[in-house]
Amino acid sequence: MSTDVLDAQLKDRTRRLFALGKRKPNRLSTVPLHLMMIPTVVLLFIYQYLPITGNVIAFQDFDVYLGLRAFFDSDWVGFANFRRLFSMGSPMRAFRNTVIIAAWKISTGWVVPIIVALLLNEVRQSWVKRSVQTIIYIPHFVSWVIMGGIIRQLLLSDGVVNQLVQDIFNVAPIPFLQSNQWFRPVVIVTDIWKGFGFGTIVYLASIAGIDPNLYEAAVVDGAGRWQQTKHITLPGMSIIMVLTLVLALQNVLNAGFDQIFNLYNVQVYETGDIIDTYIYRLTFESMTPQYSVATAVGLFKSVVALFFISTSYWLAKRFAGYRLF
Amino acid sequence: MASVTSEAMQPAPRPPVKKTSATKSMNRVLNDSPAYKTFRVFNTILMALMAFVCIAPMINILAMSFSSERAIAAGRVFLWPADVTLVAYEHIVNTAAFWRAMLVSVYRILLGGTVNMMLIVLTAYPLSRTKDEFPGRFGYVVFILITMLFGGGLIPTFLVVRFTGILDTIWALILPQAVPVYNVILLLNFFRQLPKSLEEAAFIDGAGHLTTLWRIVLPLSKPALATIGLFVMVYHWNEWFMAIVFLRSARLYPLQSYLRGILIDMTFEVRSLDDVERLSQLSNRTISSAQIFVAMIPILMVYPFLQKYFAKGIVLGSVKG
Repeated sequence: MSTDVLDAQLKDRTRRLFALGKRKPNRLSTVPLHLMMIPTVVLLFIYQYLPITGNVIAFQDFDVYLGLRAFFDSDWVGFANFRRLFSMGSPMRAFRNTVIIAAWKISTGWVVPIIVALLLNEVRQSWVKRSVQTIIYIPHFVSWVIMGGIIRQLLLSDGVVNQLVQDIFNVAPIPFLQSNQWFRPVVIVTDIWKGFGFGTIVYLASIAGIDPNLYEAAVVDGAGRWQQTKHITLPGMSIIMVLTLVLALQNVLNAGFDQIFNLYNVQVYETGDIIDTYIYRLTFESMTPQYSVATAVGLFKSVVALFFISTSYWLAKRFAGYRLF
Repeated sequence: MASVTSEAMQPAPRPPVKKTSATKSMNRVLNDSPAYKTFRVFNTILMALMAFVCIAPMINILAMSFSSERAIAAGRVFLWPADVTLVAYEHIVNTAAFWRAMLVSVYRILLGGTVNMMLIVLTAYPLSRTKDEFPGRFGYVVFILITMLFGGGLIPTFLVVRFTGILDTIWALILPQAVPVYNVILLLNFFRQLPKSLEEAAFIDGAGHLTTLWRIVLPLSKPALATIGLFVMVYHWNEWFMAIVFLRSARLYPLQSYLRGILIDMTFEVRSLDDVERLSQLSNRTISSAQIFVAMIPILMVYPFLQKYFAKGIVLGSVKG
C-alpha cells in the first residue's frame, strides 16, 4: 500500500472523528434499530395484545362455533357472567384456595432460602459448600410433570414416604394426595423442595459481595459469629431480601398451576382447586365448554393481578432501586 | 448497590488494622468458641442432610426403574435397586410413541430455541441503547412492559392461536411465547455492561448498528448468549402445558406432555394383545420410574454447563445499582 492511500485513510478517519465531535450523538441512523424491533412488536401484538382485547367475550354469551365472527355477533350480556361467577361456589372456592396456597408459598419461599443461605455461608469446607449448592439447585430445572410423577410415586400408600412414616410413627398409611387435610401441606412442602435451593443464589451472591473488612473490624471489636451475622451479613442482604419479597407479591394469585395440575385430583378440589385449574377444567375438560364464564374468571384474576404486579414493581423501584429495563 | 451498602455500613474511622498473620489467627481464635464449633459440626451435617433430601427422591426413582414391582411393593427399594431387571428400559426402547415424543421435543428445542434467540438478540440490542442513541426506545419499553403487567388469559390466547391457524402445529408451541421478556432483560443488561469504547470505535469506522451488533457486540457476549441459550433450551424441554391446550392430537406431543398423559392421567397406549401381556407383567412403577429418569437425563447432562453460567446470569438480571 502506498503512503498516499494510507494518508487518505488517515485523513478520512480524522475527518470523521471531528465530525463525530460536532454532530449530535444520535447521528447514526436509527432505522435499523426500529427494523430490529419489528418481529417482536408484531408477535407481541398478535399473541399478547389481541388476547387482551379478546377478553371482551367475558361480557358476551360467546358462541365459539361462529368462528371469528363470534367476537362481533355473540350476544352481549353485560356483567352477567361475573354475577354468575360470584354467585357460584366453585369459583369462590378456587379464589380462596389460590390466595391461601399462594400466601403460604410466598412466605415460606421467602424465609427458607434466606435461612439456608445463612447456614451455607457458615460451612467452611468449600467442597462441602459447593457440592451442597450443586445438588440443591437441581430440582429447579426439573419440570413439574416429572416432579409430579416422582411425588406421586413417593406418596403412594406403599410408597417410600409412607414406609418411612410407618417405620417411625407406626401409623396407618397417610393418603397424602387424596385427603383435603394433607393436600395443601404437600403442595407447599414440595414447592419449597423444588425452589429453595435456587432461591439461595441471589442471597449467596449478595453475601459474597459484602466487604470482608467489615467482618475483620467486627472481630477486632470482639463480635462473635452470631453478632457478625446479625449486624453485618443480614444488613448486607437486606436490600435483596426486600426485593425478593416485594417481587414475590406478584404471585398472590398464582398458586402454581403447573404443580397443582400435576398433583391434584377430584378428591381434593375442596382445598386444592385454584383459579387456573378451575378455568382449565371449565373449558378443556368440560362437555359444554364455558368460554365466556372461564374468560370472566380469568379477566377478574388478571385485573386483580395487575394491581399486585404494578404495586410490586413500584415498591421494588422505590425501596431497592430495581428497574426492569 | 453492594458498594452503597458497605459504605453505609462503614463504622466510624479508626486506626487501620494491619493485616498480619496475628490478626488472622486472632480471627480464628475469636470465631471458634466451643459453642460455634459445635454449631458448625451440626450445621455441616444439616446441610449434607438437606442436600440428601433434595437428591434422594431422584436416586429412589433411578433405583425403582431397575427393580421389580414385587421388590418395590415389599419396600425393599430405597436408594439401591432390588431384584434387578431391565424390562422397563426394554419397554421404553420398544415404545415408538416415546421416541416420537422425544423427537418432537428435540425438534421443538431446535426450532423454538432458534426463534427465541433471534428475537431476544434483536430486541435486547435496540433496548440496550441509551435514550439519545435510540429516541424511540421508551415507546417500545412501554409496549413490552404492558405485556408483563397484564396477560390475556388462557381462553383468549387459545382463541387467538386458533384464529391464526397454528392450532395443531408445532408453531403453537413456539409463537405464543416467542419473546421471553425476562431473557431479553438479562441480555440487554449484559449488553449495557460491555465496554462502550469498542462500539464507539466501530461507529467511527463507519459501522452501522447491524454491523456493530454482529461484529462487535455478539462476539463479546458469548457467555451471556450461552447462558440464555441454555435457559431457552431448558424451557422448551420442560414446557408441557401449551401442547395439551393447543394440540388436539397426542401424536404431536413433546415428551413432557406425552409423559404427563402416562404418569398423571394414566392413559396407556395399548395397541396389541402383546402390549397387554407385557404391561401386566411389568409394574407400573418400574416403567414410570424409568420414563421419569430418561426424561431427566438431558437436564442432568446440560446441568454442569447450566450451573457454570446461571448464577452469574441471574445476579446480572436481578439487581442493578
